[in-house]
Amino acid sequence: MKRFTTILALLLAVVAQSASAQTLKAVKDRGMLNCGANGSLAGFGLPDAQGKWTGLDVDFCRAIAAAVLNDAEKVKYVPLSAKDRFTALQSGEVDVLARNTTWTSSRDTSLGLNFTGVNYYDGQGFMVRKSLKVNSALELNGASVCVQQGTTTELNLADYFGANKMQLKTVTFASSNEAVKAYDAGRCDAYTTDASALYAERLRVATPDDHIILPEIISKEPLGPAVRHGDDQWFDIVKWTLFAMMNAEELNISTKNLDEALKSTNPEIKRFVGTEGNFGEQLGLTKEWAVRIVKQVGNYGESFERNVGLGSPLKIERGLNKLWTKGGIQYAPPIR
Amino acid sequence: MSTDLPASARPAPVIFYNDPRVRSIAYQVALCAVVAFLVYGAASNAIENLARARIASGFGFWDQIAGFDISQTLIEYSSRGSTYGRAFWVGLLNTLLVAGIGIVFATILGFAIGISRLSSNWLLAKVAGCYVELIRNLPLLLQLLFWYNAVLKTLPDIRDSISIGWGIFLNNRGLFLPTPIFKHGFGGAEIALFVGIAGGVAYRIWARRQQERTGRQAPVLWVTLALVIGLPLATFIVSGAPLSFEFPQAGRFNITGGSEVLPEFVALLFGLSVYTAAFIAEVVRAGILAVSRGQTEAAFSLGLRPGPTLRLIVVPQAMRVIIPPLTSQYLNLTKNSSLAVAIGYPDLVQVFTGTVLNQTGQAVEVVAITMLVYLVISLVTSLLMNVYNSRMALRER
Repeated sequence: MKRFTTILALLLAVVAQSASAQTLKAVKDRGMLNCGANGSLAGFGLPDAQGKWTGLDVDFCRAIAAAVLNDAEKVKYVPLSAKDRFTALQSGEVDVLARNTTWTSSRDTSLGLNFTGVNYYDGQGFMVRKSLKVNSALELNGASVCVQQGTTTELNLADYFGANKMQLKTVTFASSNEAVKAYDAGRCDAYTTDASALYAERLRVATPDDHIILPEIISKEPLGPAVRHGDDQWFDIVKWTLFAMMNAEELNISTKNLDEALKSTNPEIKRFVGTEGNFGEQLGLTKEWAVRIVKQVGNYGESFERNVGLGSPLKIERGLNKLWTKGGIQYAPPIR
Repeated sequence: MSTDLPASARPAPVIFYNDPRVRSIAYQVALCAVVAFLVYGAASNAIENLARARIASGFGFWDQIAGFDISQTLIEYSSRGSTYGRAFWVGLLNTLLVAGIGIVFATILGFAIGISRLSSNWLLAKVAGCYVELIRNLPLLLQLLFWYNAVLKTLPDIRDSISIGWGIFLNNRGLFLPTPIFKHGFGGAEIALFVGIAGGVAYRIWARRQQERTGRQAPVLWVTLALVIGLPLATFIVSGAPLSFEFPQAGRFNITGGSEVLPEFVALLFGLSVYTAAFIAEVVRAGILAVSRGQTEAAFSLGLRPGPTLRLIVVPQAMRVIIPPLTSQYLNLTKNSSLAVAIGYPDLVQVFTGTVLNQTGQAVEVVAITMLVYLVISLVTSLLMNVYNSRMALRER
């Protein structure tokens, strides 16, 4: 009944929530950003033994806190399961949901969310035991597949097997922990989730080298942060926090050379650091909003490398997530 | 003769606001008004909030295609062709299945342990005592995870399945059984089964009457067994055994064909039955202790052996004490089955309040439906148990 009571509590929050939708004011009054995070996915959201959170999504929440509260540490992370995450955002328990969430049309509309961009272009893959001698997902006819509940993965899986006229036995778990454990115990032939997460989950099975990730990517999974409908100002702030991190990388502004950037005469950089124009005030923040993000968290590329890229245990190639100037598809609108 | 007092000596009529009847009605009306206002306020606030956030509401999702798979379906279901409504029924039936079988198991186990705890056999009584103290003091969720891992870890991988014979396989994907296929002519055996059951019931009634009349006991058990099992079996053989089996076959990944019992189901059933049985055992023990010792002594002095004494004298009287708390244990078991979500068994909460809620985002509707369903299941269970209780109640003759 625990989950049930959680949902019930969230539901009461929906019912009791006041009419006000002033998220920015609420966050400032509270002095703390409530961030809906993953909690069990290395590279995206995971607390370490000291309770310090790290990850690409965690960095994103820290960037919002830096921009709004001038302190990247003022974030309260709320670990959410895939299943309960939307209810938590709808009910106001969190201000922003940064939990490797796929942007889909129904979530963007009828679930009452607004996606603020894509901070990781991903796709769904499969992990299997090497001993099965499977080289392609198309050879999985008749397999049992473990999957986490409340994800697009769960739906794509049924689509993919249906479209390829293959038989499938799905075993669904409420958390990725349980799903991976069951897969590791031999309950399923394959485990499926977003490819980035597969690399992280592979590190958690008993003998990672006995498992391979199949080459097929069976879906588009644009992962991004989301906010509630009905507060355009907050939507803008969260959206532009992401764009600021990407623009910083494009303009070559990083934690290392920020001081030089402050003295730059390049008009694009001057607009970014706030020595020209009042773009921060237009957002409802102050001039140096973007400087605070880079100073306390870093640009998008730094965050990527540190959490999921070659500087991390996951060692994922940037691929599609390179900037558009470097052959990827990450592209942020300009600040002006 | 008149006993009327003179008008002046009558107590003065009470002022209406001091009249206890008026007061109590006024308080109740006020309370109802406050509750109604709170409900109205909450409902209208929720509707307004949902509309402002442009979150979908209403029950339109019921007929939309679900698009996800469910591992155990008692009715026809497919991810591409079935609706959220269908998924709801699949989940509900899975809940009822595990709750129904769990209640039967827990009752049998609970009675056995409750009676054992009162046994004069020292070892048996202590073992039963340990069972109760251990099981009822550990959280159920922990026990479920334990059973699930016990099932998964102890059973072999699918490629090293244990073959029990008759086409039965056991491995960490579940228990695979041959599926019976009924051919033409099997109807005869079915009819014989019903005739056998009816005959068994009739024979029991006759045997009871005969015992009340003459004191002679008839071999009820053997005759009933012969009627219920022997008669259909004989008919089945005479009509040429019109039955074949579809045997499970080892495929590349899984065993296909035949029927399958999921390890999640077994772990949940086991966990719920074992846990609830500990509570039922205590209920049974309390019920038996509530029957006066004199009843047993009286039965012994009439020459009854301990078995019949328990069955005919003690248990029927103990049932009057046992049934009401037993009902709440049944309700607990049904509601606890929602912990299925932790071990991947697709019950109502996992399928409907889990995946369907997440896909549609309509928490208010989905949770309301789920609460209503549990309420209905619980009320029906209580109703049945109350009917049974009133039949068992002490009747004065």
